[in-house]
Amino acid sequence: MSNPIVDARGVHKHFGALHVLRGVDLRVTERELVFVIGPSGSGKSTLLRCLNRLEEPSAGRVVVDGIDMLDPRTDINHARQRIGMVFQSFNLYPHMTALGNVTLALRKVAGKSRAAAEALGQAALERVGLGDRAGHTPGQLSGGQQQRVAIARAIALEPRVMLFDEPTSALDPELVGSVLEVMRSLRESGMTMIVVSHEMGFARNAADRVVFMDEGAIVEEGPPTAIFEHPAHERTRTFIGQIQRH
Amino acid sequence: MSNWDRFTDTFFNARVMLKYLPDILSGVVVTIELALLIVVTGIAAGLALALLRSLAIRPLNWLIIFTVDVFRSLPPLVVIVLIYFGLPSVDLSPSGFVSTWLSLALVLMAFSEEIFWAGITSVAKGQWEAARSTGLSFGQTLMSVVLPQAFRLTIPPLTNRTIAITKGTALGTVVAVTEILGQASSAMSNSYNPSPLMMGAAAYLVLFFPVVVAARWVETKFAWKR
Amino acid sequence: MEALIQTFLNPEIIAASWPIVMAGLRNTVLLSLLVVPLGLFGGLILALLASVKNPAVRWPLMAWVDFFRAFPPLVLLILLFAGLPFAGLELGGFVCVAIAFFLNTGAYYGEILRAGIDSVPAGQVEAARSTGLSGLQAMAYVVLPQAVRNVLPDLLSNTLEVVKLTSLGSVVAVPELLYQARQAQSITYNPTPIVVAAIIYFLMLWPVVRLLSRLENRALAGR
Repeated sequence: MSNPIVDARGVHKHFGALHVLRGVDLRVTERELVFVIGPSGSGKSTLLRCLNRLEEPSAGRVVVDGIDMLDPRTDINHARQRIGMVFQSFNLYPHMTALGNVTLALRKVAGKSRAAAEALGQAALERVGLGDRAGHTPGQLSGGQQQRVAIARAIALEPRVMLFDEPTSALDPELVGSVLEVMRSLRESGMTMIVVSHEMGFARNAADRVVFMDEGAIVEEGPPTAIFEHPAHERTRTFIGQIQRH
Repeated sequence: MSNWDRFTDTFFNARVMLKYLPDILSGVVVTIELALLIVVTGIAAGLALALLRSLAIRPLNWLIIFTVDVFRSLPPLVVIVLIYFGLPSVDLSPSGFVSTWLSLALVLMAFSEEIFWAGITSVAKGQWEAARSTGLSFGQTLMSVVLPQAFRLTIPPLTNRTIAITKGTALGTVVAVTEILGQASSAMSNSYNPSPLMMGAAAYLVLFFPVVVAARWVETKFAWKR
Repeated sequence: MEALIQTFLNPEIIAASWPIVMAGLRNTVLLSLLVVPLGLFGGLILALLASVKNPAVRWPLMAWVDFFRAFPPLVLLILLFAGLPFAGLELGGFVCVAIAFFLNTGAYYGEILRAGIDSVPAGQVEAARSTGLSGLQAMAYVVLPQAVRNVLPDLLSNTLEVVKLTSLGSVVAVPELLYQARQAQSITYNPTPIVVAAIIYFLMLWPVVRLLSRLENRALAGR
């Protein structure tokens, strides 16, 4: 792989006595959509959060878009603008409108003027189909709409990589589609995406590569058809079998 | 004499401290007496008012709410001064001790009524309905179902408020009550030395610091979830 | 009834002592306007320090806060006013009040703000940090606004207490409302000025008490 945009090598993470990540290597090329699956407790979310240093790896190297994320000399706030993150529980700021949520970092970190930030923010909201809800507060929005605002908040900063941590797991089933729709259009526009999720249908259709994790390590990875149809490892087979039974 | 020695000789003078230790200790006794009286009468009165309020008799409620508002609005020191210096004009001469006790008890009564009332009203209506529907009377419901639940919610704010008010026993100095601060102040002016005041401060800490730490523990145990 | 009014609300004495009492009211207001922001500032510092996870910071901090919650403010005031001169430091009553209040009310405000900050979900900070906001920016723009909103009734309640506490200034000759009332009372040998002062305190603070009651009831109804 020539010049991966995300290059994580030998990432370990301990939570006290718990060894959650055991030497994970993950390399992602530009425009790739990598889907990470695995049983709960396998370390998928932790891995994702190590990529933008919301979790501090105990060992290893993480380089994103040429920036060494773990170097103490790196300006982490500046670096995080290049990495967008979407959370399972949305984490929208309840005391601000949708537009306010989207423009906060634009104004305070990217240093844009209020007018410029609002223009960019409005555009981001329109990209996720919520241009007319700019003045609403999170409390006035459905779960699916809140998550789409959260996506707009992340993409407004024009990141190079987007990380999705179980983006639809907290949504009622009928709202999931709207969020997946936005994720699909993001992929089509060429965004590099790493997605931790259980939405297997989405993985089959949109993912370039599926990574199966178990007990803190990557067991197997490959194109969706390979992983879902002919998994090579016993554990992968078991997991795929379990989820397909639903 | 080094600076440190001069400091300890002034503020922690062993001779002076020993001489006035009995006075400070008798002040401690008075402070404890006052505090206990205030806590018992104040909380009992507050609970009584809250229970009366639950009877939902309109004019009575207005009287209760007005009284509570008055004693929540007035600074405790003003109430003490009013009682001590005001009542003699109608031939009532409460001592400094009684004035302080009465004032702080009234203030605690007001705050604890509010806290108990908040606790009682926060117990879900469904609890009343369920209990009454099984034939329990108003009084039985209150005692067996509502108050036990309200109790849990009232402990943290009540302990906090009680500590704040009982520290007010120090205000008794202003009306010549011989509690800790009063004793320490006289000792200080008699000896031209601040050591008694340091002893008094230490006495307050010994009395109240453990109470505050215990209150913190109680708060975490009965954490009031908003 | 007539006699009661002559004793406690004597019109001549009210008129005569009015200027003195009003001057006291002015000073009470000025004093409050000084010590409330001072206390809030102190409390904010303590609360921000408390958000540092390091136990080496948290423990001394909790000890400091519990110390000033245990220590009666009047004793602290007397210590500064009557005790410090023995160390050669003569601070006026006003300065002593400012220092004592900064320490005492700062501890109370600090506890309230700390509880407020703790009540904001961790996900808020994560989301803010993930967009590149620094820890301080996340605190200022995302956490604190929500924290203050969550504990507004407690902040208001404590502010009420601080204003009532200014009456302690009367013990160290700060010419606030209670001091002036007592002066007038000792000159006239009549408790009317004190009754007037009590009424003024009541009129000034009762609206806040009512507001607080309503906020607390609304918070309960929301459950």
